[in-house]
Amino acid sequence: MNFDFSDDQKLLKEQVRKFLADKCPLKVVRRVLDGNETHADEVWKGLVELGVPATGIPEEYGGLGLSPLELCVIAEEIGRAAAPVPFDTSVVLATEALKLAGSDAQKKKWLPLLAEGKATGTLAVAEGAQPPKPRNTTTTFGGGRLNGKKVPVADGEAATFAIVVAKNSLALVELAQKGVTKRRVETIDPARKHCELTFTDANAELLGTEGEGWRLLERLYDAAAIYFAFAQVGGAEAAMYMARDYALQRQAFGRAIGSYQAIKHKLADCYVKLELARSNAYYGAMMLTDGGADLPLAAAAARIAASEAYDFAAKENIQTHGGIGFTWEADTQFHYRRAKLLALSLGGPMAWKDKLVTRLEQKNAA
Amino acid sequence: MDFNDTPEEAAFRKEVRTWLDANATRKSDDKASYRARNDDPNLLAKAKEWQAKKAEAGYARMTWPKEFGGRGASPILQVIYQQEEANYLVPLGFFDIGLGMCIPTMMAYASPEHLKRYVKPALHGEEIWCQLFSEPAAGSDVAGIRTRAERDGDGWVINGQKVWTSGAHYCDYGIIITRTDPSVPKHQGLTMFFLSMKSPGVEVRPIKQMSGGANFNEVFFTNVRIPDSQRLGKVGEGWKAALTTLMNERLAVGLPSGGLDIDELMELARDTDLEDGPAIRNQQVRGKIADWYVQQQGLKLTRYRTLTALSKGQTPGPESSIIKIVAAPKMQDMGAFAMELMGPAGIMKEDVPQAAGFQAQWIGGAGFRIAGGTDEILRNIVAERVLGLPQDVRVDKDVPFNKMK
Repeated sequence: MNFDFSDDQKLLKEQVRKFLADKCPLKVVRRVLDGNETHADEVWKGLVELGVPATGIPEEYGGLGLSPLELCVIAEEIGRAAAPVPFDTSVVLATEALKLAGSDAQKKKWLPLLAEGKATGTLAVAEGAQPPKPRNTTTTFGGGRLNGKKVPVADGEAATFAIVVAKNSLALVELAQKGVTKRRVETIDPARKHCELTFTDANAELLGTEGEGWRLLERLYDAAAIYFAFAQVGGAEAAMYMARDYALQRQAFGRAIGSYQAIKHKLADCYVKLELARSNAYYGAMMLTDGGADLPLAAAAARIAASEAYDFAAKENIQTHGGIGFTWEADTQFHYRRAKLLALSLGGPMAWKDKLVTRLEQKNAA
Repeated sequence: MDFNDTPEEAAFRKEVRTWLDANATRKSDDKASYRARNDDPNLLAKAKEWQAKKAEAGYARMTWPKEFGGRGASPILQVIYQQEEANYLVPLGFFDIGLGMCIPTMMAYASPEHLKRYVKPALHGEEIWCQLFSEPAAGSDVAGIRTRAERDGDGWVINGQKVWTSGAHYCDYGIIITRTDPSVPKHQGLTMFFLSMKSPGVEVRPIKQMSGGANFNEVFFTNVRIPDSQRLGKVGEGWKAALTTLMNERLAVGLPSGGLDIDELMELARDTDLEDGPAIRNQQVRGKIADWYVQQQGLKLTRYRTLTALSKGQTPGPESSIIKIVAAPKMQDMGAFAMELMGPAGIMKEDVPQAAGFQAQWIGGAGFRIAGGTDEILRNIVAERVLGLPQDVRVDKDVPFNKMK
């Protein structure tokens, strides 16, 4: 039985954790949340120097050629720090999309730039209010032209290119061109800036096979769900320990509030959900690495467990802090916001639970 | 990452499987339907027979020292044996307390002569042991027990009562925690002994459980005389001995999880016809199935993390402390939900054989949330030992026991 990360992977995790603890404390998250920056550039540059964007990129395309396991431990630390950097979008979604569906020419052009931090990418799926699906997607791609509007797009403002889900296909569009306009939109997590992208006869390339857009998106989402799950586990653990630390020092009725069962049991529940999420995330990592047949099922379970764990820890962290937890000044809001963003970004728990049961039925029928 | 055995583990697993194939009947590969039930009146006799066979072959309690019939082996080998054994139709369950908790306590405190006399028969299933801890006034608060042991010449006289004693009705021996000095704070006045359940003055009365069965008992002690040689540990150090016993409970890993689970629930959902079609297509039903699947997987995979540490010869982390916290309510809630799916038939105990399994989960789950550490105590343990939060305030910690209200 070898259901754990290797010593080398644990070392890498420690390395990234130390860097983020030093260079990305929560006051950096606050700075980006309160201000105009699209992301914390000094943190991003440090991560680039550590090779983070290059981790999952094959060596032939200028990357480090490491396994999904390495990227998972990095994701956990990014999540723990709630780092305001384009990790989810560029390192996970855009990079994985290129690896999954890019032509050799597209990989040759973009992966080395991503690896060196010279470019970033993002994914553009939603078109406003309704959950995105083929029948309500109006963005079109044809004859090398992209037309439509995507909103909200995470990290879209600073991104070099976007992978766009058009009605039937995926398209790759460089964002610095006449046919693309960007408009920042406010969201519930201002530490991760989002925008609206409007495409008017923008020059774009097909990514993957024509007509296969939604099928490719589903595979991309499965991989992303697992990396996101690690980020959610890291965030959940951070929120839980923030609550624990506060409960140890805050006094009420003559003793630390952490000595009351209501608080003790609440935090014990955080721990239980966290470990269930961690175990499910580990299995997702294993499936990603081996290309195992259980990957879609593992991805769904990992996503559901991790979303619940992070959402719960983040809100109970606020609760444990009492009144002060509800202030702008307190650090509790960062995980509350990030947990919600990560829980909804790839589609929420309701959709993934339905997906999980479908996949379970398929597995049982096989 | 992988779920593979090391070469040594794989070789051992093969050896075990060969032996099991030769000595037991393999379970059918057909998935256990939620309609199946298991009842056997001769279970105890068969279980003793199987235990003797296991012990002869050296597969019982392999972590025990060789002198006591074990192999001094790593816990992972015992887990591998249990995993393989779970695939065979063999009667289990009568010896876990005795061999898992009582005999290890004996090994820590009993004299060499007593170990020579008692360990082998216990291991071979000839004698069964029970644990006499809980009392009407002391369950979660084990140290609050009142059963008295008073010095009488070169022996002791025991008076009092134990409760929830699993298996007392068929057990031969038991370890018992008593109060030997009520004039000191509760933790300091305890002493542990072992005794024969056939001792004069010991009366076992079965307790009928809510589930209808009677697997545990009240045990009354009226002037029960035992020699001082049956004392385990020093006078007044019974709490230390009790902790040894309770700690061994926690080392039980990789226990087979029987009972109905997601597969059976999905089978039921496919068979059930709701207003809007088969239950399996209903989103509320699917949501619940997904939630419990995530928990089921989470528990299985958390055990794998613990097994990984054992396989590497490391001390497992605290992650397995979540197991019963999750498994017990899940058992109760899933059983209840299945009964709901069955509609009016869910309440019937006649004519609807497929309801029995889930009803048993719903009833059994209520007890499971309490036995072996209540939901609440287990959360206290996680909060205190894993998260480092302070102990509950205890108003009786330093008060002499006989001064407490």
